[in-house]
Amino acid sequence: MANTPTDTKATPPQTSAMSVIAPAIGWLIPGAGHLIQRRWIRGLLLMVSIVTMFLLGLAMQGHIYHPNGGDILDILGFVGDVGAGGLYVISQAMDWGQGAIAHAVSDYGTKYLIVAGLLNLISVADAYHIAIGKKP
Amino acid sequence: MNLQLSHFSAAVLFAVFASVVFGITQRSTSREQIRYGLYCFVLFVGGVFLAGWAMWLLRR
Repeated sequence: MANTPTDTKATPPQTSAMSVIAPAIGWLIPGAGHLIQRRWIRGLLLMVSIVTMFLLGLAMQGHIYHPNGGDILDILGFVGDVGAGGLYVISQAMDWGQGAIAHAVSDYGTKYLIVAGLLNLISVADAYHIAIGKKP
Repeated sequence: MNLQLSHFSAAVLFAVFASVVFGITQRSTSREQIRYGLYCFVLFVGGVFLAGWAMWLLRR
């Protein structure tokens, strides 16, 4: 049986207020984008993982990057850090993560901070996909 | 506060958190999420051991 044009046409994503609110809240508070969509376990696991990773990075004396236009790695470091949203804002306000990288563990701390931000960006994208109905 | 972790424990903790996020975000059903999270964790930790042995061989 031949497919009609409507069969082959991809369904457009459902745009709603939630598709804007969930990613925004999820960026500001890691995991909250899932929590407001009633994905309780996923949201809590994401929140615990990302927040713990960020706090461990701070505890290891990791470096937090400021907005800059210099070295490409510094710019990318800033992009990663800012992905952590509210955690980044709080750490900037409290002047945390300003120590010089003095030993190998501090370098791990810096990577923890950047990756926590990048993981939060993945979490934000996932919250968006749930909001538009692309993912259950 | 100054947390001092060994290289190995820092790498394993990193693997735990990254695997949880990858598992949840990259798969749809709960079963697939657990399986993919465990798969990522094994790859991360396996990569640590492989890199460790590679560096040991290069150093000799």
